[in-house]
Amino acid sequence: MTAENRRAMPAPQGPRGGHGPRSFERPKNFKAGFSRLLKYLDRSKLLAALVIFLLLISTSAMLAGSYALKPLINKYIAPGDFRGLATALFVLGCIYLFGVLAAYLQSRLTIRLAQRTTNIIRRDLFDKMQGLPLRFFDTHTHGELMSRYTNDVDNVQLMFEQSLTQLISSGLTFAGSVAMMILLSPLLFVFTAAVLALMIFMSGKIGAKSRTYFQKQQALLGQLNGNIEEAIGGLKEVKVFNHEEAMKQKFSGINEEFRGAATKANFYAGVIMPIMGNLNNIVYAGTAVFGGMLTIAGRFDIGSLAAFLQYSRHIGMPINQITAQVNNILAAIAGAERVFDVMDREPEVDEGDVTLVAVKGDGAGGMTTLRPNETADLWFWNVPKNGAGDGAERIPLRGDVRFRDVDFSYDGKQPVLKDLSLHARPGHTIAFVGSTGAGKTTITNLLNRFYDIDSGAITYDGIDVRRIRKDDLRRSLGMVLQDTHLFTGTVMENIRYGRLDATDEECVDAAKAASADSFIKRLPEGYATVISGDGANLSQGQRQLLAIARAYTASPPVLILDEATSSIDTRTERHIARGMAALFEGRTAFVIAHRLSTVRRADAIAVLEHGEIIEFGDHASLLQAEGRYFRLCTGQTELD
Amino acid sequence: MIRTLSAHLGKYGKYVLLCVMLMTGDVICTMLVPTLMGRIVDVGVAGRDMRYIERTGALMVLLSLTCIGLGAFNAKFSARAAQGFGANLRKALFDKIQSFSFSNIDHFSAPSLVTRLTSDVGQMQNTLLMCLRMLLRAPLMLVSATFFAVSINARLSLVLVVAIPLLVLGIALILRQAERLFTAMQARIDGLNGTVQENLIAIRVVKAFVREPYEKLKFQKSNDELTAAAIRAGNLISMVFPMMIFIMNGAMIAVIWLGGRMVHAGGMGTGQLLSYISYIMEILFSIIIFSMVFILFARAEACGKRIVEVLNTDIDIVDKEALPDPEKTPKVREGRIEFRDVDFKYGTGGGGKNVLSGINLTVEPGEFVAVVGGTGSGKTSLVNLIPRLYDVSGGRLLVDGVDVRDYRIEDLRAGIGMVLQKNVLFSGTIRENLLWGDGKAGGADVVEAARIAQADGFIRGFPDGYETVLGQGGVNVSGGQKQRLCIARAMLKKPAILILDDSTSAIDTATEARIRAEFTLKLKGTTVLMIAQRIGSVMDADRIVVLDDGQVAGVGTHAELLLNNAIYREICGSQQEGLTA
Repeated sequence: MTAENRRAMPAPQGPRGGHGPRSFERPKNFKAGFSRLLKYLDRSKLLAALVIFLLLISTSAMLAGSYALKPLINKYIAPGDFRGLATALFVLGCIYLFGVLAAYLQSRLTIRLAQRTTNIIRRDLFDKMQGLPLRFFDTHTHGELMSRYTNDVDNVQLMFEQSLTQLISSGLTFAGSVAMMILLSPLLFVFTAAVLALMIFMSGKIGAKSRTYFQKQQALLGQLNGNIEEAIGGLKEVKVFNHEEAMKQKFSGINEEFRGAATKANFYAGVIMPIMGNLNNIVYAGTAVFGGMLTIAGRFDIGSLAAFLQYSRHIGMPINQITAQVNNILAAIAGAERVFDVMDREPEVDEGDVTLVAVKGDGAGGMTTLRPNETADLWFWNVPKNGAGDGAERIPLRGDVRFRDVDFSYDGKQPVLKDLSLHARPGHTIAFVGSTGAGKTTITNLLNRFYDIDSGAITYDGIDVRRIRKDDLRRSLGMVLQDTHLFTGTVMENIRYGRLDATDEECVDAAKAASADSFIKRLPEGYATVISGDGANLSQGQRQLLAIARAYTASPPVLILDEATSSIDTRTERHIARGMAALFEGRTAFVIAHRLSTVRRADAIAVLEHGEIIEFGDHASLLQAEGRYFRLCTGQTELD
Repeated sequence: MIRTLSAHLGKYGKYVLLCVMLMTGDVICTMLVPTLMGRIVDVGVAGRDMRYIERTGALMVLLSLTCIGLGAFNAKFSARAAQGFGANLRKALFDKIQSFSFSNIDHFSAPSLVTRLTSDVGQMQNTLLMCLRMLLRAPLMLVSATFFAVSINARLSLVLVVAIPLLVLGIALILRQAERLFTAMQARIDGLNGTVQENLIAIRVVKAFVREPYEKLKFQKSNDELTAAAIRAGNLISMVFPMMIFIMNGAMIAVIWLGGRMVHAGGMGTGQLLSYISYIMEILFSIIIFSMVFILFARAEACGKRIVEVLNTDIDIVDKEALPDPEKTPKVREGRIEFRDVDFKYGTGGGGKNVLSGINLTVEPGEFVAVVGGTGSGKTSLVNLIPRLYDVSGGRLLVDGVDVRDYRIEDLRAGIGMVLQKNVLFSGTIRENLLWGDGKAGGADVVEAARIAQADGFIRGFPDGYETVLGQGGVNVSGGQKQRLCIARAMLKKPAILILDDSTSAIDTATEARIRAEFTLKLKGTTVLMIAQRIGSVMDADRIVVLDDGQVAGVGTHAELLLNNAIYREICGSQQEGLTA
C-alpha cells in the first residue's frame, strides 16, 4: 500500500466543511497574509514541529513498505528462504505499525493545533469587532460579517487541519517516490518522467477551463438565489394577485440557464479525475513493458520491477493533491485577508479620562450601583485635575447637556446636522419631532458618541463629552431604541441585561413599571420563558415593553428614548405612562417620537427639519406660534 | 423518500443509466490492468518473450485510453444527470411552493423555504453527482476485483475472509460514534453563529449598555465549546485512516507470506502475486469508499426529508372538487360581504385560542367600512378571510351570497383587490410592478390608477418615470411611496372589493385624504374595507367596526361610536390628546 492511497479516501471534514467545488479565490498579498497566519502558530511551535516530524515518519514508513517488495522477492521468495521471509515480514509489519501510529498521533495533534488556532483567531476577531465604531457596522451587512466567522475562518481552519499537512505529505511522497524510482532504475524513470510532465500540463490546462466555467456558474447561482428569495419573500403578494403562473415561468427560465452553466462547470471539474488516473495507468503499463524488457536484457530484476511498479502506480495522486491543496490554501489566505481586514480597522477612539462614580446616599464615597427607585443625584463625574497627578475633582452628575454649533455628517459630504445648538436642563424632558432623516436620532447618537461630531462641542455637566471615558458616558445614558433587540435567553435575563447584578425582584419591579408584567405572566413559562431569534415569538409592542423594562433596570441618570413606544398601541401607551413618568422623574430625558401624543408632555419640544431646529418651546407655546408644529398637530402636514 | 425524489430525474434518468453502463466498462477495463501486468512478469519476462511484452503493453495502453474516453463521457453524463435532477427538483419545489396557502407559508416560514430550495437541493444534487462518479464504483470494483482475485487463487482469498469483516466492523463502530459527535458539533456551530448574529443585530444595544466585555465572555464560551466538540469529533476521525491502512497493510503481509510459499512451490507466478496484491488493495479500498456512501447518505437524508416534506405538504386551501366549468362558476360582481357566526383560529389542530369568534357582519356593495382595534384584536385576520387567504374555522363567509369556498380561488381573488400590511414590490420597472394588477392594462389605465393612489406625481418626478427600475423588495422608494404604489397596483385590478390593511400608515394625512376623496369619486360601486390606526383616516367611513380581542365590540358611524362605545372613545382620546391640551 502506498502513501497516496489514503488521500483518495473520505477526508476528515473540517467542522463546517462541505462538499462541492471550492472557490478559486486568489489572495491580494499571499506572502503577507500567509506569514501573518503562521504567526498564530508561534505559541505552538513545538507542537507544529512534532506534527512535521510525525508526518515524516509516517510517509517514510509507507515509502519503505513499497521498497520492501524488492528484497522480499529477490532475497527470500525466489530462493525459497521462508525463515528469512518470516523475519523480513515481521520487520515490515513493525515498520507499518510504526507508520500507522505516527499517522494517528499526527492527525490528533494536527486537529488540536488547528482547532486551538482557529479558536484564537475567532476570539481575536470577535474581541476586535466589539471595539469597532458603529460606522463600521453601518457600512457592512450582517451577512457579510457573518461570513467572516463562517466561510473565512472555516477556510483558514481547513488549511491548518488538512491542506498544510497534506501539502507537506504529498510533497514528501512525490519527492520520495521519485527518489526511489531513480534509485531503482534511472533509465526507467526517464520514461515515467515524460508521461508525468504530460500529466502536470493537462492538469493545469483543464484546471484553467474549469475555473472559467465555475465563475460563470457562481454568477448565475447568485441570480437564481436572488430570484428564489424574492419569490418566496413576496409569496403572499403573489397569491393575492393570482400571479403564480408568471412567477413559475420566470423562475423556469433562470433555472434552466443555471442548469446549463452548472453542467459545463461540473463536466470540467469531473473530467480531471479519469484523465489523470488513466494517464497514470499508462505510466504503469509503460513501466511494466520497459521494465520487463530491461529485465529480460538482464539490466533489471523482478523484485526491483515490482517495487518500481508500486511507486509508479500512484504517482499521479500527489500531483492532484498538491493542486487541490494549493487552491484551498489560496482560498484560506484570501479568507484570512478579509478577517485581518476587520481586525485592522481603527477601533473606537477613547481618549477620555473623566470617569463615572455612583455613590450611596451618605455621599461618602463607597462605589455602589443604585437601585431602580433611587434618584440620580448620587452620581459624580470624577474629573482629574489638569496638572500632573494632583488628584481629581468631583462634579455631581446633573444631566445638563448642551450642543454648541454642532455640525455633523455621516459620509463627510451630506451634512445631517447644521450648526445645531441645544440646551437640555437637568431633569427636563426634551422631545424631538421631525420627518425621517431630519436628524433626530443623529442628535442622540452624537451624545453617546456612537459617532463623533465634525465641529462644535457637546458638553455634559460642563464637561466636553470627548473627555469622558466612553464606557462611563454610555453607562450614564439609558437608551431604548426603536428596533428593540432582545437576546436568546429567558425574559428575566433580557431584563437583567440592563444591570447584570439586578436581583429577580428588581427585574420584576422594572417589568411592572413598564407595564410588561401582565403579558409576561401570561407567557407559557412566565419570566422563565425563553426568547428565541431576537424575540420572534413576541409582538413588536411586547418587545418594546421589555426594552423599556431593561432600561428601567439600568436606572441611568439620563434617558434616551428613540421611538421607544412606536409599536405600542395608544391605549397601552397610556397605561405605561405612569411608569414612564416615574422613570422620567428627576432625570434628563431625550424623547424621539412620531406620535404627537407622546411628546406633548415634554418640557421642551424641538422641531427639526433638514438638520436644523426650526421651532423650540413647550407644547402650548408652539401651538400658539402656529408654525410647523401647529400644522402637524392639526393634521395639515404629516411626517414621512 | 428515494422514490419521491428519483421521480424528479425525469428525462435525465437515461443519463443515470448511461453513467452506470460507462462506469461498468470503466471498472472492468481498469481491473484488467493488474492481470495483464502479472502476465508481463510471468509470461513475458520469465519466458523472455519480447513480443508478448510489447503486445500486452500495447493492450494496456489501449485499455487506459478507452478508460479516458469512458471517464470523460461519464463526467459529461453525470454532470447532466445531477444538474438536470437539481433543476427539476428546484422547479418542482418552486411550483409547489407557489401553490402554498398562507397557513402553509406560515408553517414553514419563508427563510426555511429558501434554504430548502437552495442549499438542500444543492446537497441532493451533489450527492447524486458523487454517486455517479465515485460511490457507484465501489460495488462494481468489489465484485470485479473479487472475481479476478479468486480466479487467480481461491485459497489465498481466505485473507479477505478475515480482513473484510475486520474493516467493516471497525468502520461501523467509528461511524456510529461519529454521528453523535458530529451532531453535537453542529449544535455548537449553530450556537456560535447564533451568538455572533445576535450580537451584530443588537450592536447598538450592546454599545449603549456597555456590554462589550459581557458579550466577549459569552462569545468565548460558545467558541470554547465549539473547539472542544470539534476536537472530540476530530480525534475519533483520526482513528479512521490509520485503522484502514493498518488492516490493508496487514492483509498485504499475509498475502506475501502465504503467496510467497505458493510462488516458491510453483503454484503461482511472481506476477500473479503482484496482481493479487493489487486486487486485494482494490477490494479493501472499495469497502472504504462504500463507507462514504453511508456518511454522504446520512447527510443527504436530512436534506431529502426536508425537501419531501415540502413536496408532500397538503395544501389546505384548494378549489372545491367537482366545480363546474370555468364559465359557469360564480364570479365576484357586486361586492357584498357577509360574515355569519365566523370563528377563526390559526393552525388546524384542536388547540389554540380563537383569534376571531362569533363575527356577524354584513358589508353592502359600494360601502366604505373601516376596521379599528388594538394590536392583536384580529383586524388583519378578519380581512384575510375574504379572499380565502385563510379559511374560517367555524361559521360561513359569503361574497355576493355565495360561500367563498364555492368560488374558484382564482375567480374569487380576481374580484378582490388587496393591499397587504407588509408591502412588497418586485424587482423590475414601476410599470411592470403596477401591471401585476392587470397584465393587459394600457398605459392610460396605469396612469389613472397611479393618479387615484396619488402616485403619479412622484413617479413622474423620477428621471425614468414609469420605467424606473426598482431594486429587489422595492428598496429605492420611501415607505409612503411604496404604499401608494401598492394601492395603485391593487386599483388596476378594478376589483369589486378593495381591502386596505393598514396600508396608509406612512402616507401623510393630507395625501391620504386625497386618496379617500378619489375613492369616493371613482370607486362608487366598489366595496372598500380599510384597516387603519389613525382615527382621522376612518372618521368619514360609512361605518366603522371596532374589534376587541377577536370580537365585534361595536359598529356604527364615528359620531355614533363616540357616543356609545367606550373602546372607540378611548382610542380617539389617546390620539386626540395632542390637540386638546
